[in-house]
Amino acid sequence: MKDQTRLSDISRRSNDPLLRLDETDLTPLPIDTPPSHRPLSPSAAPSAGGASYPVDDTRVLTLPKPQTPAEEADLIRAFLSGLEKLFSRENNWTFLQPLLLTMEHCARCHTCSDACHIFEASGGAEIYRPTYRSEVLRRLYFQHVRSGGLLSAWQHGTVELNWPLVARLAELAYRCNLCRRCAQTCPIGADNGLVAHELRKLFSQELGIAPKELHASGSMLQLKVGSSTGMNAAAVKDNVQFIDGEMTEKAGLTVETPWDVEGADVLLIHNAGEILAWPENPGAFGIILNAAGISWTMSSELAGYDSVNYGLWYDDAQFARVALRHAQAAKKLKVKKIVIGECGHAHKSLLVIADRLLTGDLNIPRESFLTVLRDIVMSGRLKLDATRNDFPVTLHDPCNMVRLMGIVEPQREILRAVCPQFREMYPHGVDNYCCGGGSGFAIMSGNTFPDWRAQVSGRKKLQQILDVFSDCLDPTQPKYVCAPCSNCKGQIRDLLAYHDLWERHRIQYGGLVELVVNAMADVRPGFVEWEWR
Amino acid sequence: MTVLLYSVICAAAATFVVASVARAVRYARSPLHLRWELYPVPHEAPKRVEHGGSYFETSEWWTVPRHFSLVGELRFMIPEMLFLKGLRESNRPLWYRSFPFHFGLYLLACSVMLLLLVALGTIVQLAPTTGGLGPVLHGLAAFAGLSGLALSILGACALLHRRMSDASLRSYTTAGDVFNLLAFVVALGLTGIGYLLRPEGSPGALAVTNGLLSWDTAIIIPGPFAVGLVAAAALVAYIPLTHMSHFIAKYFTYHAVRWDDTPISGNEKKAARLAEYLTYKPTWSAGHIGADGTRTWAEIASSSPAETKR
Repeated sequence: MKDQTRLSDISRRSNDPLLRLDETDLTPLPIDTPPSHRPLSPSAAPSAGGASYPVDDTRVLTLPKPQTPAEEADLIRAFLSGLEKLFSRENNWTFLQPLLLTMEHCARCHTCSDACHIFEASGGAEIYRPTYRSEVLRRLYFQHVRSGGLLSAWQHGTVELNWPLVARLAELAYRCNLCRRCAQTCPIGADNGLVAHELRKLFSQELGIAPKELHASGSMLQLKVGSSTGMNAAAVKDNVQFIDGEMTEKAGLTVETPWDVEGADVLLIHNAGEILAWPENPGAFGIILNAAGISWTMSSELAGYDSVNYGLWYDDAQFARVALRHAQAAKKLKVKKIVIGECGHAHKSLLVIADRLLTGDLNIPRESFLTVLRDIVMSGRLKLDATRNDFPVTLHDPCNMVRLMGIVEPQREILRAVCPQFREMYPHGVDNYCCGGGSGFAIMSGNTFPDWRAQVSGRKKLQQILDVFSDCLDPTQPKYVCAPCSNCKGQIRDLLAYHDLWERHRIQYGGLVELVVNAMADVRPGFVEWEWR
Repeated sequence: MTVLLYSVICAAAATFVVASVARAVRYARSPLHLRWELYPVPHEAPKRVEHGGSYFETSEWWTVPRHFSLVGELRFMIPEMLFLKGLRESNRPLWYRSFPFHFGLYLLACSVMLLLLVALGTIVQLAPTTGGLGPVLHGLAAFAGLSGLALSILGACALLHRRMSDASLRSYTTAGDVFNLLAFVVALGLTGIGYLLRPEGSPGALAVTNGLLSWDTAIIIPGPFAVGLVAAAALVAYIPLTHMSHFIAKYFTYHAVRWDDTPISGNEKKAARLAEYLTYKPTWSAGHIGADGTRTWAEIASSSPAETKR
């Protein structure tokens, strides 16, 4: 591919995408994969009613389609109003300082490009370069927020502000996983991941534009009924009771989840998606916590049983609302601490980002399940038989827990204790690659976005998985990708399914607690099932 | 003429200091943001720094005193500042160009410091230029100055060449970027040429520094050297007005963003700042925010979002 896309193309009045990816453009995989089920072909077939100004062959947003110049002008005015607010203290104190630093000091050296898994997987598509969207925003900032004149234009460059630019910039904010691997390599400390985050906020908070999976069926639903899965308190209790029954039968141990226990040591908050999609995960938590004699509870308060906080990815107000409800649920139960289950973004949301929002008595101690589990495993409170996990296991590092929180070793200590054939991907730890489902991508399914996720954003992770198991790809040898994060797990499931790797190479995926329970001598053998799900 | 040259140099130095301080103050006064750290964080315990770990790896971390190692930060910062270690690891082709450029500037800064030291020593009669430590420092200043000029010019030319020849950079390169690099080549080149080609017996760098500090307007500085000094002074004044002032930004991007892992609990000063921010009244227009200009951040966060059609 010889990508000739230029910055100025973002303002182009054409309904052709800026990028048309061909499968031959993508980096090769270590093994031949079957032809993709749905090739990367034009998907964003423009619906009737006006131009859609696509960036590539997929689409996550439903954008307005102005019919007249006056309608376009209104939308551009709204965008400019949001742009100003993004750089104002009152409206964006939350991230103003890092945003200013990034806007005013990026040297456009492109060091970050090589760190980006999406840019690399696409074969170097210009629109996926971390600096592409940032440079557009930077030029708009100097032109319209700093009111730069000719001197500023000469120094910082210009870009034509029109509706095609605004529409494409909105969509481009969702071609970044916010994994911040690019920021890690920036010699100055500029953060192009932050730029994508701030653009998403601008569109959501000013123009009301966000992917429906994150907003309408995400944070809005969570704040209304208690969970983005749609489960209210009664439904979640029913489901967990059912899981307890199933797990009791499967494990041969009595599993009972305590609800709303006042004064418990631990309030455990799962990503509620686990309860519906992977019930063995909350089941395994129950088995471990009960066997270890931990005083714990779940909460049936609004959002108290669902740790997800999609606002982290697109909207500060929604983020703060959900974080506050998590803290209020814990405060009501007077628990000693909140423990977050296997969900990366929920970790970062409640332990890190919300830290400066939860003031006073709402700043209840918060901890990762990884340290709790590490202590349980290492304390000898569980009788473990590691030979039950005698198959190749690798670990995916969720960016939110590792690069963005520094929780690197506890999960490894656990795996070394319970999985004799544990092996590392390369690179790993804080230098890991995103699974390609980060920042909400794993739950977005409109148009051909799942194809794009499986072929482009998840490609680097797929390469890592195939590399780490390259010596045992024979399908007679089952293998396990441990992904201790719900979103990552969903993305890895989709990657393996899309590329048919369970059928062809018996590569299974799952969480961390399942491996611990599988190694528990008191549990019936076979907790990890070698069946695709 | 000499008075004019001295005045330009003083004005440039003052502009540099004032503009740098103003920029630093502007960033320092921007609000305390939500935490946004990136690991590894080098002030952590050495064992953790090795793998990029944090205090979140400790059970009930809030019960354990936090580890803060200034030595750890310095071990990261010194190689980063002096040798651009991160760039060397992440982008070696650029490092080959950027390192000589930056290191050359450091040498030039060292040279200026040494000249000031020697000149001050002469004025207060502590270290005469003709004996003792003076000549040694002067020699060092000359070496640092000339090698700094050579390295910086070489690096700037290499950076300019990369910017003009690399197709992927072209679309991102502004006229200002080209000017900035050319300005280094021209200003430092003129200074170097003016210095090296000055007539024998005419004032050199130390004599000019001496003259400047004692405001000796009687010395006659050769025209080409004076032109070089004016160009260099203009460059010094110009740098903090541009994105090239990343030596200021980098302090904040590292210490205030990437490495700021301080929990709010028990930090009264930060808590007070945050309490103030929660009283701000945002004006975001999307319906679900419910920001009508009268409600505070605290009220908005405590409320349920209005149902809006998207």
